[in-house]
Amino acid sequence: MTGTAMLEITGLTHAFGPGAGHPALDGVTLTIGEGEMVSIVGPSGCGKSTLLRCVAGLIRPTGGSVVLRGAPVDAVPDGLAVVFQDYSRSLFPWLSVRDNVALPLRRTQQGRAQRQATALDALGTVGLTDIAQKYPWQLSGGMQQRVAIARALACDPVLLLMDEPFGSVDAQTREDLEDLILAVRQDSRMTILMVTHDIDESVYVGDRVIVLTPGPARVRADLRVDLPAPRDQIATKALPGFVHLRTEVSRLVRGQPGDAGGRGSAGGTGRSAPGDDSRDRNRSRAARASQA
Amino acid sequence: MSWAPGRLAARWAAIAAVVVLWQVWARHQGSSFFPPPSAIADRMYQQWFSGPASHLFLTPDGVGNVLPSLGRIAAGLAIAVAVGGVAGVAIGRSVALSGYLDPLLQFARALPAVTLVPVFIALFRLGTEMEVATIAFGTVWPILLNTIDGARSVDPVQMETARAFRLPGWQRLTKLIIPATMPRFFAGLRLSVSLALVLMVFAELAGSSNGIGYEMNNAESSFDMTWVWATIVLLALLGNAFNLLEQAVEHRMLGWHRGARGRMP
Repeated sequence: MTGTAMLEITGLTHAFGPGAGHPALDGVTLTIGEGEMVSIVGPSGCGKSTLLRCVAGLIRPTGGSVVLRGAPVDAVPDGLAVVFQDYSRSLFPWLSVRDNVALPLRRTQQGRAQRQATALDALGTVGLTDIAQKYPWQLSGGMQQRVAIARALACDPVLLLMDEPFGSVDAQTREDLEDLILAVRQDSRMTILMVTHDIDESVYVGDRVIVLTPGPARVRADLRVDLPAPRDQIATKALPGFVHLRTEVSRLVRGQPGDAGGRGSAGGTGRSAPGDDSRDRNRSRAARASQA
Repeated sequence: MSWAPGRLAARWAAIAAVVVLWQVWARHQGSSFFPPPSAIADRMYQQWFSGPASHLFLTPDGVGNVLPSLGRIAAGLAIAVAVGGVAGVAIGRSVALSGYLDPLLQFARALPAVTLVPVFIALFRLGTEMEVATIAFGTVWPILLNTIDGARSVDPVQMETARAFRLPGWQRLTKLIIPATMPRFFAGLRLSVSLALVLMVFAELAGSSNGIGYEMNNAESSFDMTWVWATIVLLALLGNAFNLLEQAVEHRMLGWHRGARGRMP
């Protein structure tokens, strides 16, 4: 963990519908440090996206608290940006790429020229300067998601939330986008919270992988990823440490007893998650990555 | 619809063929009820379009009857667009307003506008106000109901995006809700433009001292069938012109919509 706590999630519960309704979150407790890149994985439908929406202030949770930089989150807070999974619906088709990126800046930047410059800058970061005049629907899925990332970066957030951002692009594009996020993060040191259903991805991009239980979600395991930087799609994924961690995460997601593993071979420095039962606690133990 | 040259030629060829057949048949019959197209065209020219250049080639009759009708359509549609557009967005975005007003709107929509002409005559007396009211009342419904639907069904992901990026209310309206509603608004406008012509003629037939409908009344009561036909053809041409105008505006405003639906390269 780097520095102080950026985000503190305490006993977060949420249920949809009236009364007890459909529970989605069941006491999620999690602390994320400044500058961390945290992946959240879990079985599909477990409440990952609900957790992210509560953190973003888009949903008011039924219980517990979210504290961002010491201030409780009860509406969408300052300094936060979101990348949604459904890029084709979250970009506005009537605005050009540049105007899409510049739109959220109106709140913070007065001059149109300044906003346009910031937007072009962000588009440059994701490698799309030359298509600024185009419309989102003229671009491929991967490029549209790059635009959505640029829109988030242009706001210069301290906390970037991503909800299965690469869930609907092809494998090659997904790898490129993963590397793009790693590069962006390298330069900016922002804190990133990414929900994903892809186990390899969670380990590859994360400093930490949070595994949630099947819904309603609790934290099943909190694994530290001690893989060397810079990460590389081929070399990193061939490391024993990577293979071990992905197996561990895979088991945890499937709800199988984890190979407490570790014992010097690979994995992460396990930290038990509050609220977990003792089985989970043992399971999430792991050892330091092998510095191959 | 394709605008490829071949298709365009085919469309005009069909119209030309019908006109030629009618011409041959009418000359052969010599019926006074069905004058040949050449006579109708000549009458149209004499009646409305043989005026001086300073009056845009309109005759006094064209200025006195065609222009007032066009003005009434424009005024009626303008009111319908303003009321239907503004109220439509407001109702579509407000759950409470929708709940209260929906039954009322469904009832009012089912009311044929022409049946209200006597009411409007009583309210406004004969003349332009009554006619504009008839057109506005009849054309507001397609615009209003389509706009309500469009505003109500703005993509929830887009709405959530606006919230996540904290777009202020005004920008949410101008940069998201209004553009997202436009396709449905134009679907309504298309229907209203066609309706406007019908309502204009009906209102002017019911009671007016000028206008195309008034002129049609005159033509009919003087048993001048060529004049009647000239008015009918004029209305048909105007109807087509309005549709083309509406399509041009829509084409310009909704380029993104065609593109996003994959109908443009």
